[in-house]
Amino acid sequence: MIVLMALAGTMFAAAPFLIDAAPQEATMGLVYKIYFFHMPSAWMFLTAAVVAGVASFRLLFLKRPRADHWVMAAAELAVLFGACTLVTGPLWARKSWGVWWVWDARLTSSLMLFMIFVAYVLLRKYGGAGSDKLGAGLALFGMANVPFIYVSVNYWRTFHPPTSVVPKLPIEMGIPLWFCVAAFTLLFIILLRLRARLEHQRDRVEMLYLAEDEA
Amino acid sequence: MNAFARIVWFIVKKDLTVEVRSLEILSTTMFFAVTVVLMFSFGLVVDGRPLNDVAAAILWVAIAFSGTLALGRTFERERHNDTLRALLLAPADRPALYVGKLLGILLLMGLVELVLVPLIGLLFNAPVIEQGVPLALLVAAGTLGFAAVGTLFAAMLVRARSRDVLLPIMLYPMTVPVMIAGVRGTAALFQPTPDAAVAQFWLSLLAAFDVVFVILALWTFEPVMTD
Repeated sequence: MIVLMALAGTMFAAAPFLIDAAPQEATMGLVYKIYFFHMPSAWMFLTAAVVAGVASFRLLFLKRPRADHWVMAAAELAVLFGACTLVTGPLWARKSWGVWWVWDARLTSSLMLFMIFVAYVLLRKYGGAGSDKLGAGLALFGMANVPFIYVSVNYWRTFHPPTSVVPKLPIEMGIPLWFCVAAFTLLFIILLRLRARLEHQRDRVEMLYLAEDEA
Repeated sequence: MNAFARIVWFIVKKDLTVEVRSLEILSTTMFFAVTVVLMFSFGLVVDGRPLNDVAAAILWVAIAFSGTLALGRTFERERHNDTLRALLLAPADRPALYVGKLLGILLLMGLVELVLVPLIGLLFNAPVIEQGVPLALLVAAGTLGFAAVGTLFAAMLVRARSRDVLLPIMLYPMTVPVMIAGVRGTAALFQPTPDAAVAQFWLSLLAAFDVVFVILALWTFEPVMTD
């Protein structure tokens, strides 16, 4: 774990230099470099959502109580990386499209997925006893909902031209991008494990208290 | 009649009996829906003329808001007398309980919509009678999708703290497809020359949503309602 953390720290320290070395993009200049953090955050956001969905399934249908800790950790990371995505996205869009926000399918579905995980975190914080299963139900429904949101928003806006085409990246841009993806993946794994471990240990402390009370 | 259908029928009959004797949820929800329509009209009608597509939007927002209220009140009634526990203790299939509750909610929302849709037609000059059949299908499919998710969430939230605020927080992001499909489909029907093909597309999306979420809810109701 320590090794992983040191590695992630080094990678994030090195990332700005690599991004700086990447060539300027013709039309957007410096601003396009937000992309090097935007895309990895978005990927981790979606990974977190999938992890939360799978863990919810394990909790509800396979009756693994410890899966709840993974749902919780993944949901919080979905909120974290979702926030990173939704903050860096408009910064880029302002320069690229001239507006902060468009009601594009991808943007709107990301926002809705983010809202679902915010709802999850609120539920776990204020829902009281029994909110673990409730939350798992919410996460599972959220997962099932993503394609519907995507399709509906996509058709809602078909009347408008597509906003952007992701260009084929030249190699000098590709290397820093994949470096950042690797760094974010590492960060994601570390945070997920730490957060889940915190919940495992909290659970154990509770068990010990209960055992003490009974004795 | 098999056991499943009998349990469903018992639950619907029970909910109906309670409701008919007090009319509490129906009357308050219906009045609330009318108020929502008026509030939005004041906000969105400029110089005596509504903005484009505003009638469809107001209709669906009113359905969602009043539906949330009906869901909350229905399960509050079960919680207040601790009768949900009795229902769960009964030797009945959990999915049958869910279907019974869902039908009760659908009936309530349907009655409210019977007032809401003509009201929209009246206030916004919308062709609710000419486009009656496709509009009814859209509203029915949208209501089913909304209520299928809502019934499950409201039932799960019965034992949670701050359930009043948590229900809309959970329900609205989840029913975004219903809102988009409902509003776009209805707006297509309300155009000067109704666009049946567009309405058809949204109706099929709603139908797919209904199928997936009713099945998913039947499937999750058992584990989430078990302590």
